[in-house]
Amino acid sequence: MTTTPEKAGTQGAVETVSVTIDGVQVDVPKDTLVIRAAEQIGVQIPRFCDHPLLAPAGACRQCLVEVPDAGNGRGFPKPQASCTLPVADGMVVNTQATSESADKAQQGVMEFLLINHPLDCPVCDKGGECPLQNQAMSNGRGESRFVGSGSGGVKRTFPKPINLSPQVLLDRERCIVCQRCTRFAEEIPGDPFIALVERGAQQQIGIAENAPFLSYFAGNTIQICPVGALTSESYRFRSRPFDLVSTPAVAEHDACGSAIRVDHRRGKVMRRLAGNDPEVNEEWITDKDRFAFTYATEPDRLTYPQVRDAGGALRPASWPEAFSVAARGLADARAAGGVGVLTGGRLTGEDAYAYSKFARVALGTNDIDFRARPHSAEEADFLAAHVVATGPDGPAGGSVTYGDLESAATVVLVGFEPEDEAGAIFLRLRKAALHSGTRVLSIAPFTTRGLSKMHGTLIPTAPGDEPGAISSLLGHAEHGVDATSVILVGERLATVPGAFSAVADLVAKSGARVAWVPRRAGDRGALETGCLPTLLPGGRPVADAQARVDAATAWGVDSLPEKAGRDGDAIVAALGAGELAGLVIGGVDPADTADPAATTAAIERARFVVALDVRASDVTRAADVVFPVAPVVDKAGTYVNWEGRPRPFEAVLGAPSSLPDLRVLAGIAEELGATLGFRTVAEVWSQMEDIGPWDGARATMTPVSAPTKDPLGDPAEGLLLSTWKQLLDQGTMQAGDKHLAATARPAVAKVGRTVYDALGPTVTLTGERGSVTLPAEPVDDMVDGVVWVPSNSSGLGLLTDLAPPGARLTISGGDA
Amino acid sequence: MSLTTETRAELEQIAARYPQKRSGLLPMLHLVQSVEGRVTPEGIETCAEILEISPAEVSGVATFYTMYKRKPVGDYHVGVCTNTLCAVMGGDEIFAKLKDHLDVGNDETTEEEPGKKSITLEHLECNAACDYAPVMMVNWEFMDNQTPDSAVKVVDDLRAGKEVTSTRGPRICSWREAERVLAGFPDDRVDEGPAAGEASLLGLRIAADRGWTAPSDNASGRTGTEPTTAEGAVEEADTARAETETKQQEAADE
Amino acid sequence: MSDVDTLTPVLTKDWGTDRSWTLPVYESRGGYASLKKALTMAQDDIIAAVKDSGLRGRGGAGFPTGMKWSFIPQDNPKPKYLVVNADESEPGTCKDTPLMMASPHVLVEGVIISSFAIRANTAFIYIRGEILHVIRRVQAAVAEAYAAGHLGTNIHGSGYDLDIVVHAGAGAYICGEETALLEGLEGRRGQPRLRPPFPAVAGLYASPTVINNVESIASVPSIIEHGAEWFASMGTEKSKGYGIFSLSGHVTRPGQYEAPLGITLRELIGLSGGMREGHQLKFWTPGGSSTPLLTDEHLDLPLDFEGMAGAGTMLGTRAIQLFDETTCVVRAVLRWTEFYKHESCGKCTPCREGTWWLVQTLAAIERGEGSEADLDLLLDQCENILGRSFCALGDGATSPISSSIQYFRDEYVAHLTHGGCPLDPAASTVWGSSLTRSGA
Repeated sequence: MTTTPEKAGTQGAVETVSVTIDGVQVDVPKDTLVIRAAEQIGVQIPRFCDHPLLAPAGACRQCLVEVPDAGNGRGFPKPQASCTLPVADGMVVNTQATSESADKAQQGVMEFLLINHPLDCPVCDKGGECPLQNQAMSNGRGESRFVGSGSGGVKRTFPKPINLSPQVLLDRERCIVCQRCTRFAEEIPGDPFIALVERGAQQQIGIAENAPFLSYFAGNTIQICPVGALTSESYRFRSRPFDLVSTPAVAEHDACGSAIRVDHRRGKVMRRLAGNDPEVNEEWITDKDRFAFTYATEPDRLTYPQVRDAGGALRPASWPEAFSVAARGLADARAAGGVGVLTGGRLTGEDAYAYSKFARVALGTNDIDFRARPHSAEEADFLAAHVVATGPDGPAGGSVTYGDLESAATVVLVGFEPEDEAGAIFLRLRKAALHSGTRVLSIAPFTTRGLSKMHGTLIPTAPGDEPGAISSLLGHAEHGVDATSVILVGERLATVPGAFSAVADLVAKSGARVAWVPRRAGDRGALETGCLPTLLPGGRPVADAQARVDAATAWGVDSLPEKAGRDGDAIVAALGAGELAGLVIGGVDPADTADPAATTAAIERARFVVALDVRASDVTRAADVVFPVAPVVDKAGTYVNWEGRPRPFEAVLGAPSSLPDLRVLAGIAEELGATLGFRTVAEVWSQMEDIGPWDGARATMTPVSAPTKDPLGDPAEGLLLSTWKQLLDQGTMQAGDKHLAATARPAVAKVGRTVYDALGPTVTLTGERGSVTLPAEPVDDMVDGVVWVPSNSSGLGLLTDLAPPGARLTISGGDA
Repeated sequence: MSLTTETRAELEQIAARYPQKRSGLLPMLHLVQSVEGRVTPEGIETCAEILEISPAEVSGVATFYTMYKRKPVGDYHVGVCTNTLCAVMGGDEIFAKLKDHLDVGNDETTEEEPGKKSITLEHLECNAACDYAPVMMVNWEFMDNQTPDSAVKVVDDLRAGKEVTSTRGPRICSWREAERVLAGFPDDRVDEGPAAGEASLLGLRIAADRGWTAPSDNASGRTGTEPTTAEGAVEEADTARAETETKQQEAADE
Repeated sequence: MSDVDTLTPVLTKDWGTDRSWTLPVYESRGGYASLKKALTMAQDDIIAAVKDSGLRGRGGAGFPTGMKWSFIPQDNPKPKYLVVNADESEPGTCKDTPLMMASPHVLVEGVIISSFAIRANTAFIYIRGEILHVIRRVQAAVAEAYAAGHLGTNIHGSGYDLDIVVHAGAGAYICGEETALLEGLEGRRGQPRLRPPFPAVAGLYASPTVINNVESIASVPSIIEHGAEWFASMGTEKSKGYGIFSLSGHVTRPGQYEAPLGITLRELIGLSGGMREGHQLKFWTPGGSSTPLLTDEHLDLPLDFEGMAGAGTMLGTRAIQLFDETTCVVRAVLRWTEFYKHESCGKCTPCREGTWWLVQTLAAIERGEGSEADLDLLLDQCENILGRSFCALGDGATSPISSSIQYFRDEYVAHLTHGGCPLDPAASTVWGSSLTRSGA
């Protein structure tokens, strides 16, 4: 940690002060708020507006306490809000536990809060888990005096409810205007699309006309609402909290490793909430993490094995039959040229390990690749040299962590758009920029909204020019990178030859630290477990004989294949050419791969295909044996997040017939006569622990130089395609929640102002694979000659419909 | 209706008066009203764009301040003070009379009639003219010492398009023109009307009659009696609130 | 003290002069001489003079103005700002409005001197939007001052630069609270800010900021011209100088009377020709509706900070609203409470919800509904608001209720026994009394 910049400064001893709360003396760090100091001695002061991750507001006044001595011998004449009052040495505080005046003040505020509250708890979603309800019981009066006063109190009413967004609803009469939601929206994601409107007793949360609360993080407001004012279309009126069983889990939608809580009732997931992990996602998750779980209960969910019958049609089969048919087919294919293994991003680390071992031990091949997306050998080299087997506690030293983003002086983003691709990183970087002065630099073709919200600076770069932009940061007058910097590299960089090499070079020369951020939850685990043609589990290089022996010994086999395997593209090519005869495929959507048509054709062409998947797809329909596998909710497992931090979780639902990939692979292997030595997640975990990370020499990287001339044609013609996937798009794991889908950003083509002015509001883009017509949106700082289009927000996705990233497109106005 | 490029330029001009442009929002919304006759969604969007804030934030401001109207305002805005003192002195009667006479409720506008100007009637909180109670405001110009009859005459004259002059101010302009002045674009009426009304001058006149003046330059009082600490000052100051806060500050300082 | 006259026109002295609002007239009567003098003084000496004078804030709280200035951390590298609180909205308060209409230049001159003293290069005058002609006059005065070289760069060769921005508010009583005013000036909802940090350290744009009332700033040129001792020769031991007293309501001649602090209400009523003929004083506010009511028992108390505090009330803005025996105190208090409910910004629970409830309880009592127990309930509600709300607006809302129940509990009870208000509201109007007032 020698590179930690000075400003971190948290290593030093924290100055503490001594305060007396309810007669109990406690030492807390200077500047601690009284409300939190009280928690240290087990006193819960009631509160609504207070939230530890939001700036203090002092609005609800529920947390009043008596302060007979402010630490200077004098007391405050009136009760003080403990959520805004920092402790002082010698301060004396009496809470409701010991002070009548504090208790009366709190009861008075509670009474005020309830006069206009509908008390519709029996029909309110929050009933049973409601801070207002709970604290009214613990700190309120038994009876309201409101209805009996004057001529009988008249409550404020509103017509209900209103849609703040297609997903988030507001019941205004329940709202106690604590401002947690508006403060969250402004402070945390920087999306102040909800605001306090009106005034006084009519004050409420509102949006502007035609400007809904479209934030990727909107759902967090529902969770932190201390009453039932904010609800989601997805969950509203669906269940009562006391009927739910809660299980901690880890979100499967990106590489952040965000802690979540899954609530289910009678075998059905009803909702998901953010977990609280201060080191990872704090208390926030994206709306995708929160709402995208219904994909597992879509009608196309596979529930039984299938085998292709003599007539060529898939028919249901028993598990033993399916294992046996699969084993036979794979044995034949192995003999007829070999079998490749392609895995997708949904795998847990344990499942990935099973595929890795299955390929080597049962199929005798290194032809395995988890990168179901455009990839390169340079990337695999980079991962082997710089990423694998690092982690917060890894043997290779501390990897970059969320916390490091806050202490870094500079964070460079390249091939990576955090708001779309890793929401928790986006939030942490925004926090770092706002509160720690971290400078965010983005190598990209234009300033995204996300970059603005991180107060970041654009290093304008056309697709393909990233290597030069990366190299320019060394010793740059304004944007210099040094040992206090962190470079976050996105998986998209694999499409740019020379880019990973430039990053490696910059890291070597500047001392900056680097982390690789894939998009998918399973990718890092797949890397660690050897789902690459060049790596065995624990970062053991296939090319290293010692490493092979080490793994073979651990696995109890004589030897492992020596030959470096084919990567994903090569497997597809070899299947297409008939060089490979068989394929084991799990969780891959061909539309994500570099050449969807080629992948689809390869699957068709393969002599024998075994598919393991959650839901039916074109891949399963083309397979010879189909195994249904468990979605993450049905199984235990571990994701490894971008930091290299293992994120284990238990099964939420106990569905005995829903088996993890590893169990299926073990079954096939047995039929193949190759014992994998595990049948359960726990057994895999134990094997992985036994093998551990490679302690031999790391692989080194052979630099690739960036092409010197534009390989894509005459720069005067057309536009270069920049693209990535938006957080919410047509992804299969977002299926089933139309309210969530309605909050997605629309598909638009972002173009420079001159292009927009010349071509108007609709443009047609044409590339090597087809044309797409989209609304155009002008972007002031778009690099000349670049157009940006979301990868999977329209049609069958750009890789199918248009062209690969970085390709040159022609553009015309209006519909083609 | 759509905001012209000229209006947009003026909105930007307002924002540029301030070290930080968001400070321009209040006068900008006054300008929107002067052009649009109310705060329109389009006006909100335009302000948001210029200030680089969200429309919700602008909306929050536009709905907080009572001078911003979401319904179209008439040619004239007539306000009757019904805060305690004016109400007691007759403001309630005046307001009731005008509601009846104009056949509108609070914050409502008279129906369009050919050849007649329209009036929006509203009851007001204290408008800082209590020595002239009961007070009425027309487009935020003072109409002092009103009676139900005088108020009716004012609104009748306004409706008929006759020129009406403030009792201690200028000829009344239209509500939209008034909003433009509030946006910081002065008109030419500053020198109309007197320096002060009669009530404002009472003390001055009595002093003149009796030869009372402030002391001469060589008058000398004891100085240095003021408290020397914030704590002391606060204890002598009037609000318990200030006391609390200063103690809090001291606690924080220590 | 005894040699000081009863009325001491300083701020009001030009109000009767033709075209007093113009620069030539102001200068012909000695205007801007103090500025020229101040520009030759050391800035800290100006602060010292204002401190020594004993000038206490004229916006209500009475905090020493010079001390407020001295809180500005001069080692803070951020720009410093002066903000003039001209959001005069406290019910009964009507002094800054005529001052700015008749003598805008005395304010402008005060702003320049004060800004110079605290090293501010930008000053703002935040005027409530509902006083259009006043805004015109101040806008024009600022323009004239620029043209005459009193504002702008290198003012009179001193090397000192100052810009003044005249800012029109848009209707919110709460913006009289200084941090809410800053929010309004930053283009936000006028909701009070958490303190600390205090504006002196982090005010406008999180920079050191002094916020002073119009009358406080307008008093500065006279202190510079005549000296701290001169100012301190007026007033009482701890309430120095002169101030404008605004009399309104059932007196014969409502109006503005500029007098040394410490004058009594009996003297002021005498000057204004007594209560209207045939009527007696029933209750009055010493400094706006947020200051607890007093009665005819309090006629001889000195109207200064200490005298009023001693009677359980506050000097406030010297906005003396007088009501005679025709006025129903319940109706008066209900109307003020409705005002606080209307003006509550909504930020904190006690004020937002408490005023909602208070109005309902009071309205029922005024209609003769409810029970005597509701009076104790009202007092308990007040106790639950006072000192519990985020800013002083909530405190102010309780003042009329608590004080009126203290002095007029019987009248409340009479509403309940009478089944409504026992008084005729028509009798309290200007024209409704059979004995109409003379004069004015």
